[in-house]
Amino acid sequence: MDTTARDGFAVPIGQRQTTMQLSRNRKRGALQGRIVHWLFFACAVMSVITTFGIVVSLLSQSLGFFGEIPFWEFLFGTNWSPILKDAEGNRHYGVLPLVSGTLLVASIAAAVAVPAGLAIAIYLSEYAPDKVRRSIKPVLEVLAGIPTVVYGYFALTFVTPLLQSIPVRVFREDLLVFNALSAGLVMGLMIIPMVSSLSEDAMVAVPRSLRAAAYALGGTRLEVSLRIVVPAAFSGIIASFILAFSRAIGETMLVTLAAGATPRLTFNPIESIQAMTAFIVQLALGETPHGSLEYNTIFAVGLLLFALTLGMNVIGHFLVRRFREEY
Amino acid sequence: MTTTTGPTATDTTLSVTNLDMYYGSFRALRDINMEIKRHSVTALIGPSGSGKSTLLRCFNRMNDLVPGARVEGQVLFNGEDIYHPSIDPTEIRLRVGMVFQKPNPFPKSIYDNVAFGLRINGFRGNMDEAVERSLRRAALWDEVKDRLKASGLTLSGGQQQRLCIARAVAVQPDIILMDEPASALDPISTLAIEDLMRELSRDYTIIVVTHNMQQAARVSDWTAFMTMGEDRAGYLVEVGDTHQIFTNPRDERTEGYITGRFG
Repeated sequence: MDTTARDGFAVPIGQRQTTMQLSRNRKRGALQGRIVHWLFFACAVMSVITTFGIVVSLLSQSLGFFGEIPFWEFLFGTNWSPILKDAEGNRHYGVLPLVSGTLLVASIAAAVAVPAGLAIAIYLSEYAPDKVRRSIKPVLEVLAGIPTVVYGYFALTFVTPLLQSIPVRVFREDLLVFNALSAGLVMGLMIIPMVSSLSEDAMVAVPRSLRAAAYALGGTRLEVSLRIVVPAAFSGIIASFILAFSRAIGETMLVTLAAGATPRLTFNPIESIQAMTAFIVQLALGETPHGSLEYNTIFAVGLLLFALTLGMNVIGHFLVRRFREEY
Repeated sequence: MTTTTGPTATDTTLSVTNLDMYYGSFRALRDINMEIKRHSVTALIGPSGSGKSTLLRCFNRMNDLVPGARVEGQVLFNGEDIYHPSIDPTEIRLRVGMVFQKPNPFPKSIYDNVAFGLRINGFRGNMDEAVERSLRRAALWDEVKDRLKASGLTLSGGQQQRLCIARAVAVQPDIILMDEPASALDPISTLAIEDLMRELSRDYTIIVVTHNMQQAARVSDWTAFMTMGEDRAGYLVEVGDTHQIFTNPRDERTEGYITGRFG
């Protein structure tokens, strides 16, 4: 093969081959690049399509529900009994008792997980010697990997009896077998790893030079942690709170098992409540015929659940932008 | 034998005696003896790895933050042993400030950067005045007085470094340590920092690590030359009047370094 003539240059044999090989590799590389590009793009699109599909199915199915029950009655009604009729033979579709149940449990969980998770993150990132950090992190990850059904039974068969056995009368009434308190406390334990691990990642990412500057001004470890590292990592920390709270709102098994099945508009933690997710489980397990009004309540509640978590994320994004300390 | 002549004992603010410094089992500094004169600029020069920065960090106990670091010997600060067990290192760092190689303002406003040290140390006076005084001291006030609320990171590199100097000055330390404070800056900013060092040395004792020998010759009153031994431990070769070190060094290793024969 004589490429010299084609190029019009006299190219030494060795160089000519290198040139040819290079151009062939470049072509193959370009093709590879395109394939990989589209493959990754397809994966990204997949998640968008999934989200879109969920929204569409939630919307279309709940349309049937909202065709019969006015939206405002659903959203602001304080009585939820879509299956059982009351004395006058009416059913009620006010979702607030479910929302209050969900928020009650999630708030108790947040009250446990936010301070504890943040304290763990500060300890791991600012205080712990390397050895300790390396042994605690896997334990936290194990905590995050325990199936939620285990947490549910832990709340029901261990935490509730434990709380009931407290001899001092903390509450006015006795703690019920199913109650928001134990479900919330155990859910708090469950989401601690989420808060601590994401917050710690954010804190570890704060440049060492900032810590050095603060120490050089006579800062103690606590001052450096709370006044420099936490503010600098604040957007990541807020993100961890939001994610954990969303997780608490969406958590199903734990509240189904331990918090009860009594829709009740209350913020009293020792009462039995029903969370939105627990209601969906209850109804889905029952014998409600497809397409009936009762069945469609699942989608109305599901839509609201989706809107709640979406709202949390939007608020989270806002907070993250608002409090960002860029370094 | 290491030569350890320096400023006379009168008016000495830091006095280092037989200082050895270890990272784990590695000896980073060997048998440092020197004295730092009050209200002067002392330059630490020497090749990379000769332990200049390590020595600097012995003066405000920054090495304490490195796991496995330990110090033997004595560092007397106004006659007080800063490594005595009863001494709180945060107290030392309050009185011995530090400016780092890369400008490292906090991701906070210009005002909060300067106020930080005062706040954590329970300052009870007029904060606005203290901030203005410190920024004026660092020759930065006129450039930032209209935007004290802006982030410190919106400033240029040279301004950021002067902000860091203002931050260090704010808590009114006795000594300011500077670890190659101009090495990340352009020539104009570098000159501004050098002018500032001269100016600050009227009220503060300044110890500066530098790779730049012209800089050492320009800004310092005293110069200490360090180098690295066979065991990779840094040691002090010679301390003296800057003019004498640069024109008539006693040790041939110093002469070799400043004339560019090695290092």
